[in-house]
Amino acid sequence: MPKDAQKQDSSMAEPIITARSLTRKFGDFTAVDAISFQVMEGEIFGFLGANGAGKSTAIRMLTGLLRPTGGEARVAGFDVYTQPNDIKRNIGYMAQRFALYDDLTVLENIRFFGGIYGLRRQALRKKSEKLLQELELESVADSLVGSLPLGWKQRLAFSVATLHDPPIVFLDEPTGGVDPVTRRQFWEMIYHAARVQKRTVFVTTHYMDEAEYCDRVSIMVDGRIEALDTPAKLKTNFNAANMDEVFLKLARKNQSTA
Amino acid sequence: MNRFRAFVKKEFRHILRDRRTLLVLLGMPMAQVLIFGYAVTNEFRNANIAVLDQAHDDLSTELICKLTASGHLRLATTVDDETDIHAAFKAGAIKLAVVIPPRFATTLQREGHSTVQLLADGSEPNYASSLVAYANQMIADFQRERLAAKSSAAFFPSVNVSTRMLYNPELRSAYLFVPGVMALVLMLISAMMTSLTIAREKELGTMELLLVSPLHPLLIVVGKVTPYVLLAFVDGVLILTVGVLVFGVPIQGSLLLLLAMSVLYVLAALSLGILISTRAKTQQAAMMGSLISLMLPTVLLSDFIFPLASMPLPLQVIGNIIPARWFIAILRDVMLKGVGWGYVWQEAAILGGMSLVFLMVAMKNFKVRLE
Repeated sequence: MPKDAQKQDSSMAEPIITARSLTRKFGDFTAVDAISFQVMEGEIFGFLGANGAGKSTAIRMLTGLLRPTGGEARVAGFDVYTQPNDIKRNIGYMAQRFALYDDLTVLENIRFFGGIYGLRRQALRKKSEKLLQELELESVADSLVGSLPLGWKQRLAFSVATLHDPPIVFLDEPTGGVDPVTRRQFWEMIYHAARVQKRTVFVTTHYMDEAEYCDRVSIMVDGRIEALDTPAKLKTNFNAANMDEVFLKLARKNQSTA
Repeated sequence: MNRFRAFVKKEFRHILRDRRTLLVLLGMPMAQVLIFGYAVTNEFRNANIAVLDQAHDDLSTELICKLTASGHLRLATTVDDETDIHAAFKAGAIKLAVVIPPRFATTLQREGHSTVQLLADGSEPNYASSLVAYANQMIADFQRERLAAKSSAAFFPSVNVSTRMLYNPELRSAYLFVPGVMALVLMLISAMMTSLTIAREKELGTMELLLVSPLHPLLIVVGKVTPYVLLAFVDGVLILTVGVLVFGVPIQGSLLLLLAMSVLYVLAALSLGILISTRAKTQQAAMMGSLISLMLPTVLLSDFIFPLASMPLPLQVIGNIIPARWFIAILRDVMLKGVGWGYVWQEAAILGGMSLVFLMVAMKNFKVRLE
């Protein structure tokens, strides 16, 4: 069964991430409260929620960093309890602040991350050349990453995260602190990854305009998924003009019931 | 193995690219040995003394000559009464005063004994006691020589005490500080640098990237410390070389045993560094943590400068859980006394046990953090 889930398929029918009643408690506090959802292959899945809503905890469980305390989940066909290492091999991950090593050069960063994902030297050399060409970073290949503009760093971080050709990429607030033009460019990269390279993109964000770019969006409030649908349907259901309004209505509703 | 190589390569790049850190790593040990070697010493030369000679006879003159002959003590001033002595001490002009009583020669010859008074500046206790000890020894020598010369006819019986300092006959302070500096520097490099480098990854957010990669957490830790094991070893050899070549410290025992023990100590220090880094979230916290919890105890409670045996019980207990205390004991045994494995295995076992405990606690913390 794991093999089947990994198979490249042009139809969007196959779920590549499945969570059923996935729960994580820290002592008495329930950070993630029995969330269930499916992400389809090749989909751009927006994972929204206020700070402290449980997004990070959910991502940490799905990337094999944190053991759930209840429920089940499969990522790329592998079980989060028993096969976290297989999951790690099959996902790419881009952290907040698009962390790279500032005191290493562009090329050294690429080689390092390729190296720890076990890429062979020959393959790695070819890949880094191609990557530099695509990003138009050839002229700065030997410059320290710390000296690059934020937007370049961000695109480099994304490319590094997908260097080992993972079927799924997790992006944890990939556009924080970046100007609108650069954000726009970055979303073009995300589209390219999803539509051309057929990767599944799982992305968290604070920006509601970015939520509109996603195929489907889930909104977490206090550890639960309160809404999950395409942006268009969410707006109709909540009778809202944009995603911002959807988000606020959800938050308000939750406050009045609490 | 390829992954591991990529990782270690990256660590070396971090170290080599950061000139300042590199300077600290290689320059600090040299600076420490030289500073301790030349500045921090109880040896003295040309210490100024004052003499209040109330006798002015041939014996008192001879005694003064004897005291100043070696060059360790220098006659700065001859005074006429005791208030002048105090004035000289207060002005900082002298460190020791010798008071010779009236009719010194006559009393000595007639009654067989007399009293010479030594006054020292007790505001610097270590210095004062070395000076007094030296002056005492000179006076005793003087007495012996006089007795031998004068009483050969009368045949005056006396007991001579002959003291010999084993393993460090000249009481050279280099013998004290070379093992101490070695313990201190290796602790700093191994523990502080590892805790800093791990904390740095956390601070920059790159630790997350490493953790979601297929690298095993254990491999991350081992990869992080590998370059520092090497650097610490280089530093250890550097300190030993300077100690032997510049300060003439002997290595009586087996060099191989000495190096092997150094590696063991470095391992203990590294495990401590890893333990600290599992607690510290930022580089600053790691730095403060290692400075306060490692450096001060290593200097003060490790038997390095102050003898542990004369400390109150609670401090002795703390001293005994400091790795440096055991390493210094091993170094002294092997370097100065020239003993072999049979004499140091207990200390070695304690160091090994410590590393194991530190590592186990660190690994447990590391897992908890991941969960």
